[in-house]
Amino acid sequence: MWEYTDKVKEHFLNPRNVGEVENPDGVAEVGSIACGDALKLSFKLDENKRIQEAKFKTFGCASAIASSSALTEMIKGMTLEEAQKVTNQDIAAFLGGLPQEKMHCSVMGQEALEKAIENYRGAPAKAPGEQIICECFGVTDREIERAVRENNLATVEDVTNYTKAGGGCGNCHDAIRQIIERVRAEAKPAATPKMTNIQRIRMIEEALEKEIRPSLKHDGGDIALIDVVGNRVIVATRGSCAVCKASDITLKHFVEAKLRDLVSPDLIIEEVAP
Amino acid sequence: MKTVYLDNNATTQVASEVLEAMLPYFHEYYGNPSSMHSFGGQVARKIRDAREQVAALIGATPDEIIFTSCGTESDNAAIRSALATYPERRHIVTSRVEHPAVKSLCANLAGQGYRITELPVDKNGILDMEPFVDRLTPDTAVVSLMWANNETGALFPVEKAAELAHERGIPFHTDAVQSTGKIPIDMKKSAIDMLSFSGHKLHAPKGIGVLYVRRGTRFSPFLIGGHQEKGRRGGTENTPSIIGLGKACELAARHLDTENSAVRRLRDRLEKTLLARIPKCRVNGDIQQRIPNTTNISFEFVEGEGILLLMNEYGICASSGSACTSGSLQPSHVLRAMGVPFTMAHGSIRFSLSIYNTEEEIDFVIEKMPPIIERLRGMSPYWTSAAQACATI
Repeated sequence: MWEYTDKVKEHFLNPRNVGEVENPDGVAEVGSIACGDALKLSFKLDENKRIQEAKFKTFGCASAIASSSALTEMIKGMTLEEAQKVTNQDIAAFLGGLPQEKMHCSVMGQEALEKAIENYRGAPAKAPGEQIICECFGVTDREIERAVRENNLATVEDVTNYTKAGGGCGNCHDAIRQIIERVRAEAKPAATPKMTNIQRIRMIEEALEKEIRPSLKHDGGDIALIDVVGNRVIVATRGSCAVCKASDITLKHFVEAKLRDLVSPDLIIEEVAP
Repeated sequence: MKTVYLDNNATTQVASEVLEAMLPYFHEYYGNPSSMHSFGGQVARKIRDAREQVAALIGATPDEIIFTSCGTESDNAAIRSALATYPERRHIVTSRVEHPAVKSLCANLAGQGYRITELPVDKNGILDMEPFVDRLTPDTAVVSLMWANNETGALFPVEKAAELAHERGIPFHTDAVQSTGKIPIDMKKSAIDMLSFSGHKLHAPKGIGVLYVRRGTRFSPFLIGGHQEKGRRGGTENTPSIIGLGKACELAARHLDTENSAVRRLRDRLEKTLLARIPKCRVNGDIQQRIPNTTNISFEFVEGEGILLLMNEYGICASSGSACTSGSLQPSHVLRAMGVPFTMAHGSIRFSLSIYNTEEEIDFVIEKMPPIIERLRGMSPYWTSAAQACATI
């Protein structure tokens, strides 16, 4: 049995916004029945060009339905510019996390949103030059590149977990490996030069603000940066995190993992008493 | 909440008679059956009785029974023994729908240079005998075919296949984990050389298995150690479980008629009523040649994991062949080998009953399933267009 969070279960059992918006401004369908999951997303804008209504229809497992429900809740009231910034990680974080093998459910949500916005703007659904890499699941090079870049994926298995590409016959594994190498090579120059301590602290603060706090705040928690000593990042937990028994796990598996991804792979999180 | 357990092909409840038979052998009579003292010797006598009970269920003689730790061990021991005793042969014949205990082992052996032939099945999951004969060669070391499929319950004509293999001097093994105790098995009238089964599928505990090896069959042990099981399987006997398995086999022999009457009737009623009350669903696997406790039903345009989790809300336990439940991205290899369309394969649910299921439980499942499927179809983007397509035809 999958280890779903209570929030995933709750959104699966009581999904919000099921259906199709009447006279939608944007609509998109991603996935296919052969792949085992598919999502039809539609939305309508209000007079201020904010998303007034968003609805979904999903064929798929519990986490696909929960991700769709979460997505429609998250984007309500957003402008399209704001909605465009919603990532698959935001969807997963909203649900308190998804099993690694189920991350593709959150990616499907992000893709549907992106395509629905493109549909509203009248842009072509597929960028020119885009190529199908995984024939089994119809995944393109652009989609794989994006998943690798945004989730810092390193192996074919990661890519399969996030996009399904490579989960069928396996013929595309070499092509996926090449994409991973290409994307990781281009990503490196920005991240590897030696940082000054000031730069490092700035990057940690930025990562905390943009990537970590929003998720913690969803659950009524927060985090404060106390000091950075070498590779030790000293923090204090606030709000519900301060009294949460699972905060150690959150710090290790979420905060530390995020900081290692975004700033430097040698960082270690340490907590001081609140 | 009451549990309605319809997942007996996954595992079964230990029968209370079995538990009762086992309990004294954990704490009170804990002796080692190999010991010289009578404290251990009394346990050895119980094991001898258990071996007779097990042999009786499948029409074997007690010396043809080897106790192992599970079905997987029995399968491994059988196939590896055939390879070890026919070292010049490098070919294995099996099917596309085997349990991972055989399928993954063969994939592993392929990596070591063995040639593996995986025979196809028809759309009902039944083995075609014609290509089978063509694939048997002088290089074939062993044929391993499951008796009943764990997902669909479909029965393979293993006794016929065993005869054909025998005529060509090829040892024949069958994984009978799902058929033992559900259909009559008589090894005296059979050409099968080796047969595996597992205790926990017939109301004995987990962690005990059996490998039947016909007298006169070449055998090379998988676990090498002490003289237990006449040197054919080293390791101190799992005495409580062996004693429990003996009792379970005795009960299974007694309940064989119930399996094929009462359990079959419950299964058929569940299947027929669901098919009648829920549009767009079908049974996977042959409905005639099938063990009496299993039905595998596909509900089109919905996905199995969602169905299982909603069933779980009512305490109903079953399994699915959908991709999402398997941890891989494709639906079950069994349904794919049968050519079940994707629209159906992802929404497959296996119900497997036991003699402990009641009419009331089946009524409860019949009541709960239609709204569960309807609810998920209400969320499915394919359902409306499919329903409309039907209406226009």
